[in-house]
Amino acid sequence: MNEIMVLAEHRRGELRDVTWEMFSKARQLGESLGAEVSVALFGKGVNPLAEALKPKANRVLLVEDDRLESFNTETYEKVLIQLMTERKPSLTLIGHTAMGMDLAPGLAARLKMALATDCIGIDPEGESFSVTRQLYGGKVNAKVSFLKKGPYLFTVRPGAFPVVERDALPGKRD
Amino acid sequence: MNIVVCVKRVPETADADVTIDKSGKDIDRSGLVFDLNEWDNYAIEEAIALKEKFGGKVTVLTLGGEESNETLRKCLAMGADDAVRLTDPAFSGSDAYATAKPLAEAIRKIPFDLVLAGVQAEDDGYGQVGGVLAKFLGIPHASLVNRLEVQDKKLRAHRELEGGLEEVVEIDLPALLTIQTGINQPRYVSIMGIRKVAKKEIKVLGTAELNLKPEEVGLSGSNLRVERLFTPQVGEGAQMLQGNMEELSLKVLDILKDKGGLA
Repeated sequence: MNEIMVLAEHRRGELRDVTWEMFSKARQLGESLGAEVSVALFGKGVNPLAEALKPKANRVLLVEDDRLESFNTETYEKVLIQLMTERKPSLTLIGHTAMGMDLAPGLAARLKMALATDCIGIDPEGESFSVTRQLYGGKVNAKVSFLKKGPYLFTVRPGAFPVVERDALPGKRD
Repeated sequence: MNIVVCVKRVPETADADVTIDKSGKDIDRSGLVFDLNEWDNYAIEEAIALKEKFGGKVTVLTLGGEESNETLRKCLAMGADDAVRLTDPAFSGSDAYATAKPLAEAIRKIPFDLVLAGVQAEDDGYGQVGGVLAKFLGIPHASLVNRLEVQDKKLRAHRELEGGLEEVVEIDLPALLTIQTGINQPRYVSIMGIRKVAKKEIKVLGTAELNLKPEEVGLSGSNLRVERLFTPQVGEGAQMLQGNMEELSLKVLDILKDKGGLA
């Protein structure tokens, strides 16, 4: 495991709660797996958000472009494919939100990665992971494993992981 | 406009007791009633409404055993023109990714302008087949669509976002959309209506007809596998209310007022 990448989600100039929740989980996993946490932030004029994200990650991957001013699956996908191909994170986390639900399945198919959606639990298991998901409208939980080697892409249910305040990370800007 | 709609037969578990079977990997399906996945019901209604407005053909497509014929007949009774069922012992154990492969191969054989699917299935809730299928077909897609406007060779798809917001995306045809519940009011299907389509042919295709190798589908073609099921822990802070409807309503109202849920 080298890097866990979190895709920051923001709307109308504000980072959405799921972003902080993903950081908490990414940090915890990163410490147990010896992986750095990076954050991908896309947008236009989102420097203040990048500053806010700095203490949460080892690396802030900021991509500013007019075409990224608002979320669009195709442009986000293009930029993410480039970033993920370059940096090869072992695990990428995206919110299971209107944005993540639109983006993740196609992205995983393009990169031929295993995707688990709507995760409420993520545990390392050897070189892989075991994730917890809800089935049948939440009446049953399932432990899901992967038949494929990494890298992995998970979408994370908003509210599933509590935000834990931790010491600041260097947040190097790229 | 020719439309293909992907549907799934699922157990109705909203009001049923769900127990885990002996294998620990599935639920006990005995005694459960099966029906068309709720999201797919809206997708098929949307397709039929578009056909009624613009003409063309609606083909309904599913992956499943013979029992899924019942689901396809419901869709035919609603107004779909053709039904195709993909079935093969090799499909067993398919995750969302391995399900999208045969669906894509089947759709390639059908002339289409638009593919619709439900946002997700009531049973496993992956919400993944639509997006993956669009990639396999090489067409653009939009998910969580709660309103649809057709303009020549383009669509304006309204996507439902969190917090009561929506965004509108313009998308060129052919395209794939995943349909959100509430986009329309699915029409009622009577038993007589289903009887009328009882003799209608359902085309059945397997891996051979779809030019797929058995190892590309099913568990061997999948990325995920369910290891075990377990019952969620009962969370703290739940308050069980008792009483008749009127008492319950008043109690709920009090709680809402108390917690600031009412302005």
